[in-house]
Amino acid sequence: MTTGTELPPPGQLPEVHVDPSMLRQLAESQVNVELDTGDMILNLGPQHPATHGTLRLVVRLDGERVIAADPVIGYMHRGYEKLTEFRTYPQITTLINRIDWLSSFANEVPFISGAEMLMGIEAPPRAQYIRTALTELSRIATFLLFLGEMGLQVGAITPAFYGFRDREYVLNLIEGVTGGRFHPNFNRIGGLKDDLPWGWYSECRSTMAKVLASCDEFENLVVGNPIFEQRTRSIGIIPAELGAAYGVSGSNIRASGVDWDLRRDGKPYLPYNELDWKVWTHPDGDSFARYWVRLQETRESARMVLQLLQQMPAGPVMAKVPRIIKVPEGEVWVNTENPLGEMGYYIVSKGATGPFRVKIRSASFSNVSILPWMLRGVYVPDIITILASLYFILGDIDR
Amino acid sequence: MIAFDIGWGTTLAIKAIIVLAIVPLTALILGYVFLLKMMSHMQSRLGPMDPGGFHGWFQLIGDGVKFMQKEDIMTKEADRRVFALAPAVVVLSTFLVFVVIPAGPRLVVAPLDVGIFYALAVSSLSVIGVLMAGWASANKFALLGALRAAAQLIAYELPLVLAVVGVVIQAGTMNLQGIVGAQQNGEIFGWGGLGQPYILTQFIGFALFMIAAQAELTQPPFDMPVAESELVAGYMVEYTGFRFLFFFIGEFGTAFAFSALAATMFLGGWSVPWVHGSAADVLGPLVLFAKVMLVAFLMFWARFTYPRLREDQLQALAWKWLIPIALINILVTGVLKVAF
Amino acid sequence: MKREIKGMLTGLGVTFKTMTKPAVTVQYPHEREDPPTRARGVIALKEENCTVCMLCARQCPDWCIYIEGHKEQRPPRREGGRPRSVSVLDRFDIDYALCMYCGICVEVCPFDALFWSPEFEYSESRIADLLHDKDKLGEWMQTVPEPEPLEQGAVSK
Repeated sequence: MTTGTELPPPGQLPEVHVDPSMLRQLAESQVNVELDTGDMILNLGPQHPATHGTLRLVVRLDGERVIAADPVIGYMHRGYEKLTEFRTYPQITTLINRIDWLSSFANEVPFISGAEMLMGIEAPPRAQYIRTALTELSRIATFLLFLGEMGLQVGAITPAFYGFRDREYVLNLIEGVTGGRFHPNFNRIGGLKDDLPWGWYSECRSTMAKVLASCDEFENLVVGNPIFEQRTRSIGIIPAELGAAYGVSGSNIRASGVDWDLRRDGKPYLPYNELDWKVWTHPDGDSFARYWVRLQETRESARMVLQLLQQMPAGPVMAKVPRIIKVPEGEVWVNTENPLGEMGYYIVSKGATGPFRVKIRSASFSNVSILPWMLRGVYVPDIITILASLYFILGDIDR
Repeated sequence: MIAFDIGWGTTLAIKAIIVLAIVPLTALILGYVFLLKMMSHMQSRLGPMDPGGFHGWFQLIGDGVKFMQKEDIMTKEADRRVFALAPAVVVLSTFLVFVVIPAGPRLVVAPLDVGIFYALAVSSLSVIGVLMAGWASANKFALLGALRAAAQLIAYELPLVLAVVGVVIQAGTMNLQGIVGAQQNGEIFGWGGLGQPYILTQFIGFALFMIAAQAELTQPPFDMPVAESELVAGYMVEYTGFRFLFFFIGEFGTAFAFSALAATMFLGGWSVPWVHGSAADVLGPLVLFAKVMLVAFLMFWARFTYPRLREDQLQALAWKWLIPIALINILVTGVLKVAF
Repeated sequence: MKREIKGMLTGLGVTFKTMTKPAVTVQYPHEREDPPTRARGVIALKEENCTVCMLCARQCPDWCIYIEGHKEQRPPRREGGRPRSVSVLDRFDIDYALCMYCGICVEVCPFDALFWSPEFEYSESRIADLLHDKDKLGEWMQTVPEPEPLEQGAVSK
């Protein structure tokens, strides 16, 4: 169902052969919708409950079918890359929490890993384990919200509340360690700011049990529901090769059958290879597959956190770093498997207390770029389903 | 009921006042119990707790007052007269349905012989109101919602009517009092203790009626016209203040009306088998209310659990599944009625 | 067909079961949920430790800390010594309308003059009242909790 060609083996991305007909297909799907007259032009404007923020989607409709769609982004551009030019590393860590605000701890990790690589220091093992645990907790938090709100976008109002309710437990855990529910600001060059408070292990274990129970609830309420299946199966199919051509990453490409996960296949940045976990894929590539993959990944993350707690090494959480940190000259590219997809930072340092230039590669920007191709020929309600299943955050698109 | 002659004018006035007072009251009760409290508890939260002190019972009344005192905004491009009339048409159809619902052996505003036929006919007037609202709003989202609503409401009229035909065949009359009487005096295999509520024999009809009623009320899983996450209230999006209040009363009043019709046709309405005469006049409204709450509970339970069907899937369900099943139900009922 | 009907019914079961269990709402003004000890609620100032080094004001990403101080001469510690010059704090304001609650100021202070407190109920009706001055920041010191013990395996500093 994906392309008819064979899928690559695990750990490899599909090779992209861009033949001329595909180029024309890609070009045709980019239509300057504003200039055409005739069929109705609907503006799913910057303020709309379905667009997860300030995304503007200009669609040209023929009755209820979409002829062409054009996403207009930039309503939330905050100038992150410019901001980083004038700030020091701790200050930037504070700011980049707010790029993907639902899984904010995960945004800091590639940046701090990059700075540590430039300095040539490595965080102690306990710090790395706690970093991994907090990253997986952020993944669980954001996926719980996804599981709830995709149900909401499809029309069921109750799963959204369950998603938020269960997310609260995870946020309380993160607040117990870092002091902040949404913006932890916990990574430091060389390790972490602080260690875990007493009682966190048991609280974490009970919360993970609740998360696993909640995933079962979502399975019964949403995934098993035939109406949900009717609304999401065969809607918004992303062929594997096309997805790779557009740079779609994360659960979206895994739902198209590609067995690619930067936690396992990329440059190692956290001790994932010391844990026993698996990468979940689904062959279909439709919206149902994306929901299903994220549900399984939530469960997998919960199991990973339980393993991390068991194997947590003892020791310090901060390496020996000078008091005023000046990162030596150099350039580094670090990309990680964030909940939304592949997030990367290209840091150029000229030896000062702050970077010279940071380029932020955010996952949602590439995930959203496939929308003009994907939305041709679907019904208006399917636009909403597809937007929900791609799961982008506006802060991540616009930075 | 009244032992002295008071003339038809006064009777008419009293009946009109009763209907006008009861409809918003029922809308309020349904709205509070199911929309505010039951939905909240199904979503693991509490709903309003502070207004009025005891579990927030005053919330909807306060909301009503708030809506009444809001500014009456109409966009410049909107068609003024049609825009203003649309909510009135929707609410009118709700009021008209309440006219035939019996609450006791003598407690009915107009015991029409074509009772159920009249009720269903008049409830489909709201389609006009919805179309008027969507078109006059001069808003593309409203228009999309109104067109979806028109298609949906007309499509689901058929299963609604056909589901009722089975009950009419079994009762032998379209008069709602007659249907209640037939259930009260009926027997299940010779035992008259529970009467013969038609839900036992017309269970398919009951299921069809509930599904079709859900669609007629544009409630999930059939709420494409009012899809909150896409069209944000669809055809009602440009309405504020007391005009929106009319739509709200219309929606929940009609929910009560359909639940009352279902309770009357399938559960026995106001009747309890061993209570007759004047005692039934007193007990009847309470019994009817309890049965309506039960039926409404089922309706709202489905509303809060299921996602919504897409327009074409919705239409496919009506035309390809519900109508054939309804026709088979009528066939089987007719054959069994003649045979036994 | 059977799978579909079963799917519809399990969904109904989930909502019904949730309805019978108690709600998770904490009714805020009447009941309170206490935030964890480390929660970043408000910053408290211990004035006697502050030496007006300006590190916090410089490192704040939002520049929401306003510090003014002057130098004073104090008598020498021993007979025949030089008079010592001491920095005295005149003004230490934190503008909580700008504060991001990032904690960099608390972290960089070399003299432990700033502390986190989990207090969060200090909203005002005027934005100007969100500028907490030296005395108010000193009052917050009473709400600063003791640092809690760490989990097993941690190395205490």
